[in-house]
Amino acid sequence: MLLISCPWCRVERPEIEFRYGGEAHIDRPAQPADLDDHQWAEFLYMRSNPKGLLAERWRHVHGCGRFFNAVRHTVSDRFVCVYKTGEKCPDLEALAREGAQ
Amino acid sequence: MTRFSFWELARKALNAHQDWGHQWRKPDPKPEYDVVIIGAGGHGLATAYYLAKEHGVTNVAVLEKGWLGGGNTGRNTTIVRSNYLWEESEGLYDHAMDLWQDLSQELNYNVMYSARGVMMLAHTVHDVQVFKRHVHANRLAGVQNEWLSAEEAKAYCPPLNIEKNIRYPVMGAALQRKAGVARHDAVAWGYARGADKYGVDIIQNCAVTGIRRHADGSVSGVETSRGFIGAKKVGVVAAGHTSVVMDMAGVRMPLESNPLQALVSEPVKPCFPCVVMSNTVHAYLSQSDKGELVIGAGTDQYVSYSQTGGLQITTHTVDAICELFPMFRRMRMLRNWGGIVDVTPDRSPIIGKTPVPGLFVNCGWGTGGFKATPGSGHVFAHTIARDEPHPINAPFTLDRFRTGRLIDEAAAAAVAH
Repeated sequence: MLLISCPWCRVERPEIEFRYGGEAHIDRPAQPADLDDHQWAEFLYMRSNPKGLLAERWRHVHGCGRFFNAVRHTVSDRFVCVYKTGEKCPDLEALAREGAQ
Repeated sequence: MTRFSFWELARKALNAHQDWGHQWRKPDPKPEYDVVIIGAGGHGLATAYYLAKEHGVTNVAVLEKGWLGGGNTGRNTTIVRSNYLWEESEGLYDHAMDLWQDLSQELNYNVMYSARGVMMLAHTVHDVQVFKRHVHANRLAGVQNEWLSAEEAKAYCPPLNIEKNIRYPVMGAALQRKAGVARHDAVAWGYARGADKYGVDIIQNCAVTGIRRHADGSVSGVETSRGFIGAKKVGVVAAGHTSVVMDMAGVRMPLESNPLQALVSEPVKPCFPCVVMSNTVHAYLSQSDKGELVIGAGTDQYVSYSQTGGLQITTHTVDAICELFPMFRRMRMLRNWGGIVDVTPDRSPIIGKTPVPGLFVNCGWGTGGFKATPGSGHVFAHTIARDEPHPINAPFTLDRFRTGRLIDEAAAAAVAH
């Protein structure tokens, strides 16, 4: 089971307190009416699903109930960092280079 | 290559079975092939086999980064069934079911297909309604499936606990009698041996690192850990790693990869006559010919390529099994593992062409690909050879996520998630 830090509660808790929210930073289109089918498919269904660092959403359902984001490595399952919703996505390539060193 | 038969067995016995020989070659890659299949699991090998046998395309290589059948083919719970809800799925899975019937004879290799029946338990009023809907839909489509009361379910599977005082009492079950299990490794080995016989090169320990394309965008071959291999057509059958491979050709996929866990118990004498599945309490159970209970658990919620998962998932499954089958409460589990399954938003596979000319994909089987192995290979070989889908896999396009014609087996609750 993963141990996950909630950036709102500032505590580390077991995974069963959290629910996964999928890939982070997929913005709802500002002008939905302007999108064609390809763009809708991209927004709704296409996912990067990387083998490496992934910015993803978690929700602390059995705690504060709030969403937050995390960067996790999808091979080791190790969390690199967590940050609050609305904060900018860290530079994943830079984090990957740091991790490699 | 030796054809397996009673006489061959008797003849080899005279020499203490010392000279059976290898069942397939270990060839070095040629500079170019007509078709390169990425991934030597059951689906990839079946594709190569049917390409050679039914379409006469024998200049084929199957590339595998690890060893043959070492991914999800070696990690699943070996269940074979076809009682899906929608017509598209019924067509696809029942096509596979037809091929399972005489697959051992076809391949001259014992895949140990055992039609012992798959029983899916209903624990709530909602389950009962959904499963009855399945039974009726299947009957209309000519797919075998029948409804059993709790008592009939108990008669079919005596270890089942149908007491009313448990957390999720059994209210009935849907039974597909010709469903069952098959030996997963033997399926991969049988197809490998069959494909090799037709001259297909199976190249293990050869990881694909890139997909090279012509100036017009069509594929020209694959970069691998053993150098460049030219190919007129490339079929990606990489299961959990499909997104990674397709990314090499710049194609984004509607897939997320999750660990799906399974476990086996210590071996015991034959005590469990069929396959029992329960989507509501998340348990699948059957007994292997070795005597181990083979138990399927759920998926972990997050994207991962780690081939392992949280112990709470397996604990949850074992809890459910202890309640449904009290006689297994003191049984010890031997080992558990995870496989990486590629899940689509509608829980139906993607089999067909891609936006890149010459590049084909067969993926998205999620938590239930093993049962479809023969049918999947059969229709995918047709798609690659003719450059157009077989009528059976025509609805399972990548483009359905743009058009919106999804095949929504997830909402139909036919499969556990």
